Amino acid sequence: MNFQQSLTQNQFTITTEIGPPKGTDTSEMLAQASKIKDRVHAMNVTDNQSSIMRLGSLAACHLLKEQGIDPIYQLTCRDRNRLALQSDLLSASALGLRNVLALTGDHPQVGDHPQAKPVFDVDSTQLLQIIGRLNEGRDLSTQFMNKPLTEGTALKGKTDLFPGAVVCPEANPIKPQLLRFSKKVVAGAKFFQTQAIYDFEKFENFMKYARDLGAKILAGILLLRSAGMARYLNKNVPGIMVPDHLIKEMESSAHPLETGIKIAARQISQLKGICNGVHIMAIGLEDKVLDILDEAGI
Amino acid sequence: MIIAEQKEISEIINMVGDHRKILVIGCDTCVTVCLSGGAKEVAILASALRLAFRVQGKQVEVNETTIERQCEIEFVDSLESMAKDKDLLISMGCGIGVQTIAERFFHLPVVPALNTKFLGLPEKQGVWVERCQACGQCVLDKTGGICPISRCSKSLLNGPCGGSQNGKCEINDEIDCAWHLIYERLKALNRLECLEEIMPVKDWSTSRDGGPRKMIREDMCL
Ligand code: SF4
Ligand code: SF4
Repeated sequence: MNFQQSLTQNQFTITTEIGPPKGTDTSEMLAQASKIKDRVHAMNVTDNQSSIMRLGSLAACHLLKEQGIDPIYQLTCRDRNRLALQSDLLSASALGLRNVLALTGDHPQVGDHPQAKPVFDVDSTQLLQIIGRLNEGRDLSTQFMNKPLTEGTALKGKTDLFPGAVVCPEANPIKPQLLRFSKKVVAGAKFFQTQAIYDFEKFENFMKYARDLGAKILAGILLLRSAGMARYLNKNVPGIMVPDHLIKEMESSAHPLETGIKIAARQISQLKGICNGVHIMAIGLEDKVLDILDEAGI
Repeated sequence: MIIAEQKEISEIINMVGDHRKILVIGCDTCVTVCLSGGAKEVAILASALRLAFRVQGKQVEVNETTIERQCEIEFVDSLESMAKDKDLLISMGCGIGVQTIAERFFHLPVVPALNTKFLGLPEKQGVWVERCQACGQCVLDKTGGICPISRCSKSLLNGPCGGSQNGKCEINDEIDCAWHLIYERLKALNRLECLEEIMPVKDWSTSRDGGPRKMIREDMCL
């Protein structure tokens, strides 16, 4: 069953993510992916994640699809204007890709080409609208989005994309994020993946809000490798807040990676029944996703 | 106003090269207020250049003057008598000032002593901040009087990105998140409904992206 079917049939849906290599050698990426492919519904492919230049997500999605994996094509507004975004979406559709995760993208200053000129011609909410429009068989040409959908140029063959977006339920303050989240629902996001979730009380409150909007939510699970990694994430990655008690648990463990796997599995069990699925981020240790799922009994 | 800052003195000396008769020109408007190119800064730069050339054993004549506005041809015209026997003009105006002088004195080289930075204001003594990018289609009515184009690092139009944390921007926690400020101000104004409507894709053709811009007012043309 593919990702879209799993979500629409209200199954607990599992996704994970993989980062393309910095270079043209895709063998390791494909080997990792094929190890886990039967245990997840879909695999996100990151798009120059953290503004670090890598092989493109579109090509990597295509290669994964050839291996029988259902990819989620991450597409950011950082490096492409509206021409490139629409063109890449047509390309994705022509290659048979379906799932697209619309992202604003990190600023180039956080990455390895900090002097680059960022694009941000449109934002992620507007990108969702653009996907909706391409699905209707029209582009953005000449007219602007505030005009009715009957305008724009008719496409020779429309896209058939399943758009999603991200949300940060742990953001502080949460209200401005929720407003943007509602806009993304209105703009056509059919599913949401979240940043790593730790505060379950806050998350349940968020889920009430999300359910009222009819949004499908995959909660983010991040595999911790060590207490040092947790501290690093807290300091450097926007939107991640690993709580002290987990850092202590990692610190007092003789086998921190195994403890990290147990914590992730425990979180998945806690989330079952609360949301529509989980999105597991193993950052370079993709094969450990299997251990996490085993431990969680999935 | 236009905010600019002075280049390193070594860079300015390099630009002088082999020129021997120099005029340093200040501007009494924006760059005076932001303490980078007014009469006082002209005097300091001119003395620093004289000293540097003396140390290098070079015979260079450095004159100085400051005009009311370098961005208006009438004021730049007044430089004629001082400029005519010079072989290099150094402008301490913004980039517009440098170019106005270059247009007026077509056969004389003119070099910039400042780096023109942005349109903004002094936030407190010694600190200047950006407020507008001259996008050509102002949206301040919808954003509580806070500009998302110049003040959000990504010029977003539909609320904070995932990097906004505790009111600060993802690129640097010394930068306020514009969308956090917009939210707080609209809340204070009881106008949060402004944030519910999706702002459509922006027409960037009215901004710098549409090429060099020009404004014509027929009613004012002679
Ligand atoms: S919206 Fe445009 S015109 Fe208005 S302040 Fe911002 S950049 Fe300037
Ligand atoms: S953190 Fe705020 S100011 Fe910075 S890019 Fe995101 S929305 Fe814009």
